[in-house]
Amino acid sequence: MKIDKVPVKGLSSKEYEKALKISWDPVLKYNWDNGKAIGRYLHELKKGRIIARVCDKCNRIMIPPRMFCEYCFRPTDRWQYVKDTGKVNTFAVSRVYWNAQRIPQGEPPIIPAVIEIDGASEGMGLLHLLGNVEPEDIKIGMKVRAVWKPENERTGSITDILYFEPVREKNPPKAKPAAKRR
Amino acid sequence: MGMRKVAIVGAGITKFVRRAQETGPELAYQASKMALDSCGLKLKDIEMITLGTAPDAFDGVHMKGEYLLGGAGGNKKPYIRNFVGGGTGVFAPIHGWMHVASGMCDLCMVVCEEKMSSCHPHPQGAFLTIFDHTTEQPIKPTLIWIFALEMKRYMETYGLKPEDVARVAVKNKKNALDHPSAQVAEELTVEDIVNSEVLADPVHRLDISPASDGAAAVILASEHVAKRLTDKPVWIEGVGWNLDTAYWATKDLYYPRYVEKAARMAYDMAGIKEPHKEIQVAEPYDPFDYKELHHMEGLLLCERGEAARLTAEGYTARDGNLPICPSGGALGVGNPIAATGLMKVIEIFLQLRGEAGKRQVPGNPRVGLAQAWGDLMQVGTVIVLKR
Repeated sequence: MKIDKVPVKGLSSKEYEKALKISWDPVLKYNWDNGKAIGRYLHELKKGRIIARVCDKCNRIMIPPRMFCEYCFRPTDRWQYVKDTGKVNTFAVSRVYWNAQRIPQGEPPIIPAVIEIDGASEGMGLLHLLGNVEPEDIKIGMKVRAVWKPENERTGSITDILYFEPVREKNPPKAKPAAKRR
Repeated sequence: MGMRKVAIVGAGITKFVRRAQETGPELAYQASKMALDSCGLKLKDIEMITLGTAPDAFDGVHMKGEYLLGGAGGNKKPYIRNFVGGGTGVFAPIHGWMHVASGMCDLCMVVCEEKMSSCHPHPQGAFLTIFDHTTEQPIKPTLIWIFALEMKRYMETYGLKPEDVARVAVKNKKNALDHPSAQVAEELTVEDIVNSEVLADPVHRLDISPASDGAAAVILASEHVAKRLTDKPVWIEGVGWNLDTAYWATKDLYYPRYVEKAARMAYDMAGIKEPHKEIQVAEPYDPFDYKELHHMEGLLLCERGEAARLTAEGYTARDGNLPICPSGGALGVGNPIAATGLMKVIEIFLQLRGEAGKRQVPGNPRVGLAQAWGDLMQVGTVIVLKR
Protein backbone atom coordinates (compact mmCIF):
# COMPACT_ATOMS: atom_id res chain seq x y z
CA MET A 1 0.00 0.00 0.00
CA LYS A 2 0.96 3.65 -0.45
CA ILE A 3 -0.36 6.56 1.55
CA ASP A 4 0.23 9.64 -0.56
CA LYS A 5 -3.17 11.37 -0.60
CA VAL A 6 -5.03 11.96 2.62
CA PRO A 7 -8.50 13.44 3.24
CA VAL A 8 -9.66 16.28 5.54
CA LYS A 9 -9.67 20.02 5.01
CA GLY A 10 -8.27 22.47 7.54
CA LEU A 11 -10.04 25.82 7.68
CA SER A 12 -8.13 29.08 7.61
CA SER A 13 -8.97 31.41 10.49
CA LYS A 14 -11.04 33.54 8.05
CA GLU A 15 -13.02 30.56 6.80
CA TYR A 16 -13.48 29.43 10.38
CA GLU A 17 -14.91 32.79 11.41
CA LYS A 18 -17.46 32.64 8.58
CA ALA A 19 -18.50 29.04 9.22
CA LEU A 20 -21.76 28.38 11.08
CA LYS A 21 -20.95 27.24 14.58
CA ILE A 22 -22.82 26.32 17.72
CA SER A 23 -21.01 27.26 20.88
CA TRP A 24 -21.54 26.56 24.55
CA ASP A 25 -19.95 28.24 27.52
CA PRO A 26 -20.63 25.78 30.32
CA VAL A 27 -21.33 27.08 33.81
CA LEU A 28 -20.73 24.15 36.10
CA LYS A 29 -19.65 24.07 39.67
CA TYR A 30 -17.91 21.23 41.45
CA ASN A 31 -17.47 20.92 45.18
CA TRP A 32 -14.61 18.57 45.85
CA ASP A 33 -14.39 16.73 49.15
CA ASN A 34 -10.88 16.62 50.48
CA GLY A 35 -10.92 13.42 52.46
CA LYS A 36 -9.19 13.04 55.81
CA ALA A 37 -5.59 13.51 54.75
CA ILE A 38 -5.97 16.55 52.50
CA GLY A 39 -8.59 17.99 54.85
CA ARG A 40 -6.07 18.06 57.70
CA TYR A 41 -3.38 19.33 55.29
CA LEU A 42 -5.57 22.32 54.44
CA HIS A 43 -6.44 23.02 58.11
CA GLU A 44 -2.72 23.03 58.91
CA LEU A 45 -1.95 25.34 55.97
CA LYS A 46 -4.44 27.77 57.50
CA LYS A 47 -2.33 27.69 60.65
CA GLY A 48 0.84 28.27 58.66
CA ARG A 49 2.19 24.72 58.90
CA ILE A 50 2.80 21.86 56.48
CA ILE A 51 1.87 18.38 57.63
CA ALA A 52 2.84 14.99 56.22
CA ARG A 53 1.73 11.38 56.80
CA VAL A 54 4.21 8.63 57.60
CA CYS A 55 4.17 5.00 56.54
CA ASP A 56 6.09 3.05 59.19
CA LYS A 57 6.58 0.12 56.84
CA CYS A 58 8.49 1.89 54.04
CA ASN A 59 9.41 4.84 56.28
CA ARG A 60 8.25 7.41 53.77
CA ILE A 61 7.24 10.83 55.08
CA MET A 62 4.74 11.86 52.46
CA ILE A 63 3.39 15.16 51.19
CA PRO A 64 0.75 15.70 50.15
CA PRO A 65 -0.38 13.48 53.05
CA ARG A 66 -2.40 10.37 52.27
CA MET A 67 -4.32 7.87 54.38
CA PHE A 68 -2.94 4.83 52.59
CA CYS A 69 0.52 3.97 51.25
CA GLU A 70 0.28 3.17 47.56
CA TYR A 71 3.31 0.86 47.66
CA CYS A 72 2.85 -1.02 50.96
CA PHE A 73 -0.91 -0.92 50.28
CA ARG A 74 -1.84 -0.49 53.91
CA PRO A 75 -3.03 2.47 56.02
CA THR A 76 -0.41 5.10 56.77
CA ASP A 77 0.46 5.35 60.48
CA ARG A 78 0.82 8.89 61.76
CA TRP A 79 0.96 12.62 61.20
CA GLN A 80 4.22 14.49 61.18
CA TYR A 81 4.92 18.19 60.72
CA VAL A 82 7.54 19.05 58.13
CA LYS A 83 9.26 22.40 57.59
CA ASP A 84 8.06 25.24 55.40
CA THR A 85 11.48 25.41 53.78
CA GLY A 86 12.94 23.32 51.01
CA LYS A 87 15.04 23.34 47.90
CA VAL A 88 14.26 24.00 44.27
CA ASN A 89 14.19 20.73 42.31
CA THR A 90 13.31 22.45 39.04
CA PHE A 91 11.65 25.67 37.86
CA ALA A 92 10.39 27.49 34.79
CA VAL A 93 9.85 31.13 33.85
CA SER A 94 6.38 31.36 32.38
CA ARG A 95 4.97 33.99 30.03
CA VAL A 96 1.62 32.16 29.80
CA TYR A 97 -1.39 31.72 32.07
CA TRP A 98 -3.14 28.38 32.63
CA ASN A 99 -5.14 28.69 29.38
CA ALA A 100 -2.08 29.55 27.26
CA GLN A 101 -3.09 33.25 27.13
CA ARG A 102 0.00 35.43 27.23
CA ILE A 103 1.03 37.45 30.27
CA PRO A 104 1.04 41.09 29.08
CA GLN A 105 4.40 42.63 28.25
CA GLY A 106 5.85 44.52 31.19
CA GLU A 107 4.19 42.29 33.79
CA PRO A 108 6.50 39.92 35.66
CA PRO A 109 6.59 36.26 34.66
CA ILE A 110 5.05 33.52 36.81
CA ILE A 111 7.75 31.18 38.13
CA PRO A 112 6.40 27.68 38.82
CA ALA A 113 8.74 25.30 40.60
CA VAL A 114 8.92 21.87 42.17
CA ILE A 115 10.07 22.38 45.75
CA GLU A 116 11.42 19.47 47.79
CA ILE A 117 10.18 20.11 51.31
CA ASP A 118 12.63 19.79 54.23
CA GLY A 119 11.65 17.04 56.62
CA ALA A 120 9.70 15.02 54.05
CA SER A 121 11.29 12.00 52.38
CA GLU A 122 13.88 12.74 49.76
CA GLY A 123 12.37 13.84 46.49
CA MET A 124 8.95 14.62 48.00
CA GLY A 125 8.17 17.82 46.19
CA LEU A 126 5.19 20.01 45.60
CA LEU A 127 4.23 22.34 42.80
CA HIS A 128 4.28 25.98 43.85
CA LEU A 129 5.57 29.37 42.76
CA LEU A 130 8.78 31.27 43.39
CA GLY A 131 8.66 34.97 44.21
CA ASN A 132 10.78 37.85 45.48
CA VAL A 133 13.61 36.74 43.20
CA GLU A 134 14.86 37.61 39.73
CA PRO A 135 14.59 34.66 37.33
CA GLU A 136 18.29 34.81 36.48
CA ASP A 137 19.21 34.43 40.17
CA ILE A 138 17.36 31.12 40.60
CA LYS A 139 19.44 27.97 40.74
CA ILE A 140 18.35 24.35 40.96
CA GLY A 141 19.16 23.21 44.50
CA MET A 142 18.60 26.72 45.94
CA LYS A 143 17.17 26.86 49.47
CA VAL A 144 13.76 28.51 49.71
CA ARG A 145 11.12 29.22 52.33
CA ALA A 146 7.37 29.70 52.23
CA VAL A 147 5.96 33.22 52.31
CA TRP A 148 2.54 32.92 53.97
CA LYS A 149 -0.50 35.12 53.59
CA PRO A 150 -1.33 37.10 56.75
CA GLU A 151 -3.18 34.78 59.14
CA ASN A 152 -6.53 36.54 58.81
CA GLU A 153 -6.47 36.16 55.01
CA ARG A 154 -5.79 32.41 54.95
CA THR A 155 -8.61 30.21 53.74
CA GLY A 156 -7.26 26.68 54.14
CA SER A 157 -5.79 26.36 50.65
CA ILE A 158 -2.43 25.70 49.05
CA THR A 159 -2.57 29.38 48.09
CA ASP A 160 -2.25 30.30 51.80
CA ILE A 161 1.39 30.06 50.80
CA LEU A 162 1.85 33.03 48.44
CA TYR A 163 5.09 31.73 47.03
CA PHE A 164 8.50 30.46 48.09
CA GLU A 165 11.42 32.90 48.28
CA PRO A 166 15.17 32.30 48.52
CA VAL A 167 16.59 31.90 52.02
CA ARG A 168 19.05 34.79 52.20
CA GLU A 169 21.68 34.93 54.88
CA LYS A 170 21.63 38.63 55.71
CA ASN A 171 19.63 41.80 55.04
CA PRO A 172 16.67 40.33 53.22
CA PRO A 173 15.35 42.90 50.70
CA LYS A 174 11.75 44.12 50.97
CA ALA A 175 9.18 41.65 49.68
CA LYS A 176 7.73 42.37 46.27
CA PRO A 177 4.22 41.20 45.46
CA ALA A 178 3.98 37.89 43.55
CA ALA A 179 2.90 37.94 39.93
CA LYS A 180 -0.83 38.61 39.50
CA ARG A 181 -2.81 35.69 38.26
CA ARG A 182 -6.13 35.41 36.49
CA MET B 1 2.23 -17.53 26.75
CA GLY B 2 -0.55 -19.16 24.78
CA MET B 3 -1.26 -16.04 22.76
CA ARG B 4 -1.88 -15.93 19.03
CA LYS B 5 0.27 -13.97 16.58
CA VAL B 6 -1.25 -10.67 15.50
CA ALA B 7 -0.38 -8.63 12.39
CA ILE B 8 -1.15 -5.16 11.15
CA VAL B 9 -2.54 -5.57 7.63
CA GLY B 10 -3.94 -2.16 6.74
CA ALA B 11 -3.81 1.50 7.71
CA GLY B 12 -5.55 4.81 7.10
CA ILE B 13 -4.91 8.37 8.18
CA THR B 14 -6.33 11.86 7.59
CA LYS B 15 -4.48 15.08 7.15
CA PHE B 16 -3.64 16.67 10.52
CA VAL B 17 -4.96 20.26 10.58
CA ARG B 18 -5.55 23.17 12.93
CA ARG B 19 -9.33 23.49 12.38
CA ALA B 20 -10.88 20.58 10.55
CA GLN B 21 -14.01 21.30 8.56
CA GLU B 22 -15.01 17.71 9.36
CA THR B 23 -16.69 16.67 12.61
CA GLY B 24 -15.11 14.11 14.96
CA PRO B 25 -17.16 11.18 13.58
CA GLU B 26 -16.32 12.30 10.03
CA LEU B 27 -12.61 12.33 10.85
CA ALA B 28 -12.89 8.83 12.34
CA TYR B 29 -14.83 7.63 9.28
CA GLN B 30 -12.23 8.95 6.83
CA ALA B 31 -9.37 7.14 8.55
CA SER B 32 -11.36 3.93 9.12
CA LYS B 33 -12.59 3.78 5.54
CA MET B 34 -9.07 4.26 4.20
CA ALA B 35 -7.76 1.50 6.48
CA LEU B 36 -10.44 -0.94 5.31
CA ASP B 37 -9.86 -0.09 1.64
CA SER B 38 -6.10 -0.49 2.05
CA CYS B 39 -6.48 -4.23 2.65
CA GLY B 40 -9.61 -4.88 0.62
CA LEU B 41 -11.96 -5.36 3.56
CA LYS B 42 -15.53 -4.21 4.21
CA LEU B 43 -16.85 -3.10 7.57
CA LYS B 44 -18.87 -6.33 7.81
CA ASP B 45 -15.58 -8.28 7.87
CA ILE B 46 -14.50 -6.52 11.06
CA GLU B 47 -15.56 -8.39 14.18
CA MET B 48 -14.49 -6.01 16.93
CA ILE B 49 -13.42 -2.38 17.24
CA THR B 50 -11.39 -0.45 19.77
CA LEU B 51 -11.33 3.32 19.79
CA GLY B 52 -8.69 5.59 21.31
CA THR B 53 -9.35 9.23 22.01
CA ALA B 54 -7.93 11.62 24.62
CA PRO B 55 -9.80 13.86 27.11
CA ASP B 56 -13.47 14.56 26.41
CA ALA B 57 -12.75 18.19 27.26
CA PHE B 58 -11.12 18.87 23.87
CA ASP B 59 -14.18 18.02 21.82
CA GLY B 60 -16.46 19.23 24.60
CA VAL B 61 -18.44 16.00 24.13
CA HIS B 62 -18.99 13.79 27.11
CA MET B 63 -18.78 10.05 26.35
CA LYS B 64 -16.69 10.68 23.26
CA GLY B 65 -16.38 6.96 22.60
CA GLU B 66 -20.14 6.73 22.10
CA TYR B 67 -20.19 9.96 20.04
CA LEU B 68 -17.57 8.57 17.65
CA LEU B 69 -19.14 5.10 17.45
CA GLY B 70 -20.68 5.44 13.99
CA GLY B 71 -17.62 7.06 12.43
CA ALA B 72 -15.42 4.30 13.81
CA GLY B 73 -17.70 1.64 12.29
CA GLY B 74 -18.81 0.40 15.69
CA ASN B 75 -22.62 0.28 15.39
CA LYS B 76 -23.93 -3.05 16.74
CA LYS B 77 -20.45 -4.46 17.24
CA PRO B 78 -18.31 -5.29 20.27
CA TYR B 79 -16.79 -1.82 20.56
CA ILE B 80 -14.94 -0.17 23.42
CA ARG B 81 -13.02 3.03 24.03
CA ASN B 82 -9.63 2.92 25.71
CA PHE B 83 -7.87 5.87 27.27
CA VAL B 84 -4.51 6.58 28.90
CA GLY B 85 -4.10 10.28 28.12
CA GLY B 86 -1.32 11.02 25.63
CA GLY B 87 -0.33 7.36 25.75
CA THR B 88 -3.65 6.38 24.16
CA GLY B 89 -2.50 6.30 20.53
CA VAL B 90 -0.08 3.44 21.13
CA PHE B 91 -2.23 1.79 23.79
CA ALA B 92 -5.14 1.53 21.30
CA PRO B 93 -3.34 -0.97 19.01
CA ILE B 94 -2.12 -2.81 22.14
CA HIS B 95 -5.76 -3.05 23.18
CA GLY B 96 -6.68 -4.28 19.71
CA TRP B 97 -3.84 -6.81 19.94
CA MET B 98 -5.47 -8.18 23.14
CA HIS B 99 -8.71 -8.74 21.22
CA VAL B 100 -6.98 -10.82 18.53
CA ALA B 101 -4.15 -12.46 20.51
CA SER B 102 -6.67 -13.80 23.01
CA GLY B 103 -8.60 -15.56 20.26
CA MET B 104 -11.71 -13.43 20.76
CA CYS B 105 -11.66 -12.41 17.10
CA ASP B 106 -9.64 -12.64 13.88
CA LEU B 107 -10.13 -9.07 12.63
CA CYS B 108 -10.14 -5.99 14.82
CA MET B 109 -10.11 -2.36 13.71
CA VAL B 110 -8.29 0.21 15.84
CA VAL B 111 -9.40 3.83 15.39
CA CYS B 112 -7.93 6.95 17.01
CA GLU B 113 -9.46 10.42 16.74
CA GLU B 114 -8.88 13.84 18.23
CA LYS B 115 -10.50 17.18 17.51
CA MET B 116 -8.81 19.76 19.69
CA SER B 117 -9.92 22.88 17.81
CA SER B 118 -13.39 22.88 19.38
CA CYS B 119 -11.94 24.11 22.68
CA HIS B 120 -11.52 27.88 23.15
CA PRO B 121 -9.62 30.08 23.63
CA HIS B 122 -7.03 27.29 23.53
CA PRO B 123 -7.17 23.54 24.19
CA GLN B 124 -4.39 24.02 26.77
CA GLY B 125 -7.14 25.36 29.06
CA ALA B 126 -8.76 21.92 29.10
CA PHE B 127 -5.67 20.54 30.79
CA LEU B 128 -6.26 22.48 34.03
CA THR B 129 -8.56 19.78 35.34
CA ILE B 130 -6.00 16.98 34.97
CA PHE B 131 -4.13 18.47 37.94
CA ASP B 132 -5.13 17.62 41.51
CA HIS B 133 -8.20 19.72 42.23
CA THR B 134 -7.19 20.66 45.77
CA THR B 135 -3.42 20.79 45.95
CA GLU B 136 -2.54 21.97 42.42
CA GLN B 137 -5.44 23.56 40.51
CA PRO B 138 -5.59 26.63 42.82
CA ILE B 139 -2.06 27.49 41.59
CA LYS B 140 -3.52 27.64 38.04
CA PRO B 141 -0.97 25.40 36.36
CA THR B 142 -0.76 24.54 32.68
CA LEU B 143 0.78 21.50 31.04
CA ILE B 144 3.33 23.83 29.44
CA TRP B 145 4.62 24.55 32.95
CA ILE B 146 5.20 20.95 33.88
CA PHE B 147 6.85 20.25 30.54
CA ALA B 148 9.08 23.25 31.20
CA LEU B 149 9.85 21.95 34.70
CA GLU B 150 10.73 18.51 33.36
CA MET B 151 12.76 19.94 30.45
CA LYS B 152 14.70 22.18 32.85
CA ARG B 153 15.46 19.26 35.16
CA TYR B 154 16.55 17.08 32.24
CA MET B 155 18.76 19.79 30.70
CA GLU B 156 20.30 20.66 34.07
CA THR B 157 21.09 17.00 34.84
CA TYR B 158 23.09 16.56 31.64
CA GLY B 159 24.29 20.14 31.09
CA LEU B 160 22.35 20.55 27.85
CA LYS B 161 21.86 23.88 26.08
CA PRO B 162 18.66 24.96 24.31
CA GLU B 163 20.44 24.38 20.98
CA ASP B 164 21.09 20.72 21.88
CA VAL B 165 17.37 20.17 22.29
CA ALA B 166 16.22 22.36 19.37
CA ARG B 167 17.96 20.07 16.85
CA VAL B 168 15.16 17.56 17.41
CA ALA B 169 12.53 20.10 16.31
CA VAL B 170 14.61 21.02 13.24
CA LYS B 171 14.98 17.35 12.24
CA ASN B 172 11.36 16.38 12.77
CA LYS B 173 9.79 19.43 11.13
CA LYS B 174 12.02 18.79 8.11
CA ASN B 175 11.19 15.07 7.98
CA ALA B 176 7.51 16.01 7.96
CA LEU B 177 7.91 17.81 4.61
CA ASP B 178 7.59 14.32 3.07
CA HIS B 179 4.47 13.33 5.04
CA PRO B 180 1.12 13.89 3.29
CA SER B 181 -0.67 14.45 6.62
CA ALA B 182 1.75 17.09 7.90
CA GLN B 183 0.44 20.25 9.54
CA VAL B 184 3.61 22.14 10.50
CA ALA B 185 6.34 20.77 8.24
CA GLU B 186 9.00 23.37 7.66
CA GLU B 187 12.69 23.78 7.05
CA LEU B 188 13.93 25.74 10.05
CA THR B 189 17.25 26.37 11.77
CA VAL B 190 18.29 25.82 15.36
CA GLU B 191 18.30 29.63 15.72
CA ASP B 192 14.66 29.80 14.56
CA ILE B 193 13.68 27.42 17.36
CA VAL B 194 15.68 28.99 20.19
CA ASN B 195 14.67 32.51 19.13
CA SER B 196 10.95 31.73 18.90
CA GLU B 197 8.58 33.17 21.52
CA VAL B 198 9.25 32.10 25.11
CA LEU B 199 6.17 30.40 26.58
CA ALA B 200 7.64 29.07 29.81
CA ASP B 201 11.41 29.15 29.73
CA PRO B 202 13.10 26.81 28.76
CA VAL B 203 10.12 26.01 26.49
CA HIS B 204 9.80 28.15 23.38
CA ARG B 205 6.88 28.04 20.98
CA LEU B 206 8.71 25.99 18.33
CA ASP B 207 9.80 23.42 20.92
CA ILE B 208 6.14 22.34 21.08
CA SER B 209 3.93 20.36 18.73
CA PRO B 210 0.74 22.15 17.62
CA ALA B 211 -2.86 21.51 18.66
CA SER B 212 -4.42 19.44 15.88
CA ASP B 213 -7.47 17.69 14.52
CA GLY B 214 -7.07 14.32 12.85
CA ALA B 215 -7.66 10.59 12.88
CA ALA B 216 -5.86 7.35 12.08
CA ALA B 217 -6.84 3.67 11.92
CA VAL B 218 -5.24 0.25 11.52
CA ILE B 219 -6.61 -3.23 10.87
CA LEU B 220 -5.28 -6.10 13.01
CA ALA B 221 -5.58 -9.73 11.93
CA SER B 222 -4.79 -13.15 13.36
CA GLU B 223 -2.03 -15.13 11.62
CA HIS B 224 -4.11 -17.25 9.26
CA VAL B 225 -6.28 -14.30 8.23
CA ALA B 226 -3.32 -11.95 7.84
CA LYS B 227 -1.60 -14.35 5.45
CA ARG B 228 -4.71 -14.48 3.28
CA LEU B 229 -4.97 -10.69 3.17
CA THR B 230 -1.40 -9.61 2.48
CA ASP B 231 2.04 -10.82 1.46
CA LYS B 232 3.55 -8.31 3.84
CA PRO B 233 2.02 -8.64 7.29
CA VAL B 234 3.80 -6.65 10.00
CA TRP B 235 3.70 -8.56 13.28
CA ILE B 236 3.09 -7.10 16.70
CA GLU B 237 5.93 -8.86 18.52
CA GLY B 238 5.96 -6.96 21.79
CA VAL B 239 3.66 -4.71 23.79
CA GLY B 240 4.23 -2.88 27.06
CA TRP B 241 2.58 -0.25 29.19
CA ASN B 242 3.22 1.22 32.61
CA LEU B 243 1.94 4.02 34.83
CA ASP B 244 3.73 5.93 37.56
CA THR B 245 2.28 7.96 40.46
CA ALA B 246 -0.12 10.88 39.98
CA TYR B 247 1.97 12.72 42.61
CA TRP B 248 4.18 13.79 39.70
CA ALA B 249 6.20 16.29 41.77
CA THR B 250 7.41 13.54 44.09
CA LYS B 251 9.56 11.73 41.53
CA ASP B 252 12.70 12.90 39.80
CA LEU B 253 11.67 14.16 36.39
CA TYR B 254 15.04 13.78 34.69
CA TYR B 255 14.39 10.15 33.69
CA PRO B 256 11.10 8.41 32.73
CA ARG B 257 11.36 5.12 34.63
CA TYR B 258 7.83 4.10 33.71
CA VAL B 259 8.76 4.34 30.00
CA GLU B 260 11.72 2.03 30.67
CA LYS B 261 9.41 -0.42 32.44
CA ALA B 262 6.96 -0.38 29.53
CA ALA B 263 9.83 -0.85 27.07
CA ARG B 264 11.32 -3.77 29.01
CA MET B 265 7.92 -5.44 29.06
CA ALA B 266 7.68 -5.13 25.25
CA TYR B 267 11.33 -6.14 24.66
CA ASP B 268 11.02 -9.24 26.86
CA MET B 269 7.97 -10.33 24.90
CA ALA B 270 9.68 -9.66 21.55
CA GLY B 271 12.90 -11.40 22.63
CA ILE B 272 14.91 -8.19 22.26
CA LYS B 273 17.99 -8.17 24.47
CA GLU B 274 19.97 -5.22 23.11
CA PRO B 275 17.41 -2.66 21.98
CA HIS B 276 20.02 -0.09 20.90
CA LYS B 277 21.32 -2.64 18.38
CA GLU B 278 18.15 -4.53 17.49
CA ILE B 279 15.64 -1.69 17.00
CA GLN B 280 16.29 -0.34 13.49
CA VAL B 281 13.76 2.49 13.29
CA ALA B 282 11.80 4.15 16.09
CA GLU B 283 8.98 6.62 16.61
CA PRO B 284 9.15 7.78 20.24
CA TYR B 285 6.54 10.35 21.31
CA ASP B 286 7.76 13.90 20.66
CA PRO B 287 5.10 16.40 21.77
CA PHE B 288 8.03 18.61 22.85
CA ASP B 289 11.50 18.33 21.33
CA TYR B 290 13.23 17.32 24.58
CA LYS B 291 10.72 14.48 24.97
CA GLU B 292 12.24 12.65 22.00
CA LEU B 293 15.61 12.67 23.78
CA HIS B 294 14.04 11.76 27.13
CA HIS B 295 12.20 8.86 25.53
CA MET B 296 15.18 7.54 23.53
CA GLU B 297 16.90 7.16 26.90
CA GLY B 298 13.88 5.65 28.64
CA LEU B 299 13.45 3.20 25.75
CA LEU B 300 17.10 2.13 26.23
CA LEU B 301 17.93 3.14 22.65
CA CYS B 302 21.00 4.95 23.99
CA GLU B 303 22.81 5.66 27.25
CA ARG B 304 21.28 8.20 29.63
CA GLY B 305 22.27 11.74 28.70
CA GLU B 306 23.56 10.68 25.26
CA ALA B 307 20.51 11.33 23.10
CA ALA B 308 21.29 15.00 22.39
CA ARG B 309 24.85 14.22 21.26
CA LEU B 310 23.63 11.40 19.00
CA THR B 311 21.08 13.78 17.48
CA ALA B 312 23.78 16.39 16.80
CA GLU B 313 25.91 13.72 15.11
CA GLY B 314 23.09 12.77 12.72
CA TYR B 315 22.69 9.31 14.27
CA THR B 316 18.91 9.83 14.49
CA ALA B 317 18.46 11.35 11.02
CA ARG B 318 16.43 9.47 8.45
CA ASP B 319 19.66 8.13 6.93
CA GLY B 320 21.44 7.76 10.29
CA ASN B 321 22.27 4.58 12.19
CA LEU B 322 19.02 4.69 14.13
CA PRO B 323 16.38 6.84 12.40
CA ILE B 324 14.13 8.47 15.01
CA CYS B 325 10.75 9.91 13.99
CA PRO B 326 11.28 9.58 10.21
CA SER B 327 7.57 10.51 9.88
CA GLY B 328 8.22 14.00 11.19
CA GLY B 329 6.65 13.13 14.53
CA ALA B 330 4.23 15.19 16.56
CA LEU B 331 6.52 18.20 16.06
CA GLY B 332 6.17 18.10 12.28
CA VAL B 333 3.12 16.05 11.30
CA GLY B 334 1.04 17.51 14.15
CA ASN B 335 -0.37 16.30 17.42
CA PRO B 336 -4.03 15.23 17.51
CA ILE B 337 -3.15 13.34 20.69
CA ALA B 338 -4.51 9.79 20.24
CA ALA B 339 -4.22 9.92 16.44
CA THR B 340 -0.54 10.91 16.78
CA GLY B 341 0.38 7.70 18.58
CA LEU B 342 -1.35 5.64 15.93
CA MET B 343 0.29 7.72 13.18
CA LYS B 344 3.60 6.58 14.67
CA VAL B 345 2.54 2.93 14.60
CA ILE B 346 1.47 3.39 10.95
CA GLU B 347 4.86 4.93 10.14
CA ILE B 348 6.70 1.87 11.49
CA PHE B 349 4.24 -0.40 9.63
CA LEU B 350 5.02 1.41 6.34
CA GLN B 351 8.77 1.55 7.03
CA LEU B 352 8.96 -2.21 7.65
CA ARG B 353 6.98 -2.90 4.48
CA GLY B 354 9.29 -0.62 2.48
CA GLU B 355 6.29 1.54 1.57
CA ALA B 356 7.14 4.83 3.26
CA GLY B 357 7.92 6.54 -0.08
CA LYS B 358 10.17 9.57 0.29
CA ARG B 359 10.34 8.93 4.03
CA GLN B 360 11.70 5.39 3.60
CA VAL B 361 14.76 4.77 5.75
CA PRO B 362 17.59 2.82 4.10
CA GLY B 363 18.64 -0.73 4.98
CA ASN B 364 15.33 -2.62 4.71
CA PRO B 365 14.57 -2.46 8.44
CA ARG B 366 12.95 -5.54 9.96
CA VAL B 367 12.35 -4.35 13.53
CA GLY B 368 10.81 -1.07 14.66
CA LEU B 369 9.20 0.53 17.68
CA ALA B 370 6.54 3.14 18.41
CA GLN B 371 5.92 4.74 21.78
CA ALA B 372 3.50 7.22 23.29
CA TRP B 373 3.44 8.98 26.61
CA GLY B 374 1.15 11.16 28.65
CA ASP B 375 -1.18 11.73 31.59
CA LEU B 376 0.58 13.71 34.35
CA MET B 377 4.01 12.54 33.15
CA GLN B 378 2.80 9.10 34.12
CA VAL B 379 2.29 6.66 31.32
CA GLY B 380 4.48 4.93 28.76
CA THR B 381 3.01 2.72 26.02
CA VAL B 382 5.31 0.76 23.71
CA ILE B 383 4.78 -1.50 20.71
CA VAL B 384 7.48 -3.49 18.87
CA LEU B 385 6.80 -4.45 15.26
CA LYS B 386 8.67 -6.94 13.05
CA ARG B 387 8.26 -8.17 9.50
